[in-house]
Amino acid sequence: MENEEVIVVEGDQTDMVTAAPVPDAEPAVDAVGVTPEADYEGGLSFHPMDQFIVKPLFGEAGDPVAWYTITNATAWMALAVACVAILMLLMTRGRAIVPSKGQSMAELAYGFVHKMVEDVTGRDALKYFPYIFTLFLFIFFANFLALIPMSFSPTSHIAVTAVLGFGVFIAVTILGFVKNGAGFLKLFWVDSAPLALRPILAVIEIISYFVRPVSHSIRLAGNVMAGHAVLKVFAGFAAITAVAPIAILGIVAIFGLEVLVSAIQAYVFTILTCVYLKDALHPHH
Amino acid sequence: MADAVVVTDGTASACVNALGNAIGMPQLCDAWFANQIFWLLVALAAIFFILTRYALPRMTAVLAERSGTISNDLAAAEDLKRQATEAEAAYDKALADARAEANRINADMRADIQRDLDAALAQADERIAAKTAESEAAIAEIRAGAETSVAQVAKDVAGDLVAALGGTPDQAAIDAAVDARVKGA
Repeated sequence: MENEEVIVVEGDQTDMVTAAPVPDAEPAVDAVGVTPEADYEGGLSFHPMDQFIVKPLFGEAGDPVAWYTITNATAWMALAVACVAILMLLMTRGRAIVPSKGQSMAELAYGFVHKMVEDVTGRDALKYFPYIFTLFLFIFFANFLALIPMSFSPTSHIAVTAVLGFGVFIAVTILGFVKNGAGFLKLFWVDSAPLALRPILAVIEIISYFVRPVSHSIRLAGNVMAGHAVLKVFAGFAAITAVAPIAILGIVAIFGLEVLVSAIQAYVFTILTCVYLKDALHPHH
Repeated sequence: MADAVVVTDGTASACVNALGNAIGMPQLCDAWFANQIFWLLVALAAIFFILTRYALPRMTAVLAERSGTISNDLAAAEDLKRQATEAEAAYDKALADARAEANRINADMRADIQRDLDAALAQADERIAAKTAESEAAIAEIRAGAETSVAQVAKDVAGDLVAALGGTPDQAAIDAAVDARVKGA
C-alpha cells in the first residue's frame, strides 16, 4: 500500500486540490521530517483520497476520532436521515388521495422497493420490507448526497458497507436456519445435479455463499470510492490551463456517470439483499 | 519518499500526515472504523424508526384509502351507469308511448274531421242537387215558355206580314205553317 499519493506536475499553479490549508513550509518539514515539496514549492498536487478522511466535524484531518465523536461521517449520515425524513414524512404529510408531487415521489420509492421485494422474494417476505427499505433509502441518499462537492461519502467506506453487507449476510443466514432448520443446508446440496457432482457443487456453493457479503459490500464501496477519486483526479488536472477544458469535460462526464452509479448501486444492493433473503426463505433450488 | 512519513506531532494520526493529507486509503484506517460503524447503526436505527413508526403506516393507510376510494368510485360509477341505462330505457318508453298517443290522437282527429267533412260534403251535394234540379225545372219552364212565345210571336209577325202585303191572313194556315217551321227548326 502506498503511503501517500502525491503526483507532481509541472506548472506554476500552487493551489492544492485538498481543502486542507497549506501549513508553513518550515514547521511542516520540521514536524514531519519529510518534504512533500509539491505542496508548497509550486508543484501541483493531487490528493484524491483526502476526501475520504474521517475527521471531527469542526476539527482538522488527523484529529483523534473516538467511536462517539461527531465527525463528518456523522454529519453526512445525519443528512441522509434528514432526507429520508423529508421524503417519507414531510412529503406525505398531506395524506392526499390524489398525491402531490412530493407524495408521488415518496410513493414511487415505496412502490419501487415494495414491488422489488414482492417480485424477487415473494409475498411472504413482505414483513421484512421495512428493513430492506431502510437499507435502500440510506444507501440511495448517502450516495446522492456524496455527489455534492466538498461532501463526504459514507458509502465509499468499507467499514460502512461491510456492516451493511455482513449485516444482511448474518441476518439472512440466521433467518434461513430459523425458518428451515437443517433444511437450509439444502441450499448447498443441488438435488437436480448428478450425484457425483453434488459434493463438488456443494463446495462451490459454500464458497460462493461466503463470498457474498464480501462482494456485496466491496461492490458498493468500490464503485462510490473509485468514481469520487477519479472526479478528484480530473479536478486536479483542471488547475493546468492547457488541459483544463478536457479535465472539466471529464469531470462533467464522470459526474453524470456517478449519478447513474449512485442510483444503480442502491438498486443493486437492495435487489441482492432480496435475492439472498429469498435463498433463506426458500432454500430449495 | 512516501515511506518516510512519520507521525510525530499531535495533529496527525496513523492515517493522516502532518499536512492533513491521507496516508494510503482512508477506507482502511482502522482508527475510524468504530466511529463510522457506531454512527451508521444510529442512522439506520433512525431511518428504521422513522419508517416503521410513521412513514410506512401512513403510506399503507393512504394507499389503502386510495384503492378503497377507487373501488368505491368504480362501484358508484357502475351504479350510475346502470341508472343511466334505466333512465334511458324509461325515456325511450315514454317517448314511444307519447308517439303512439300522438298518432292515436292524430288518427282520431283525422277521422273526426273526415266524418265532418263527409257530412258537410254530403249536405252540400244534396243542396247542390236540389238547386240543380230546381234550376233545371226553371230552365225547362223558361224554355217551354220561350218556345211558346217564339211560336206566338212568329204567328203574329206572319199574320202582320200577310196583312201588310195586302193579303187576308188565314190564321189557321199561318199557325200550321209556323208550327211546322218551328218544329222543323
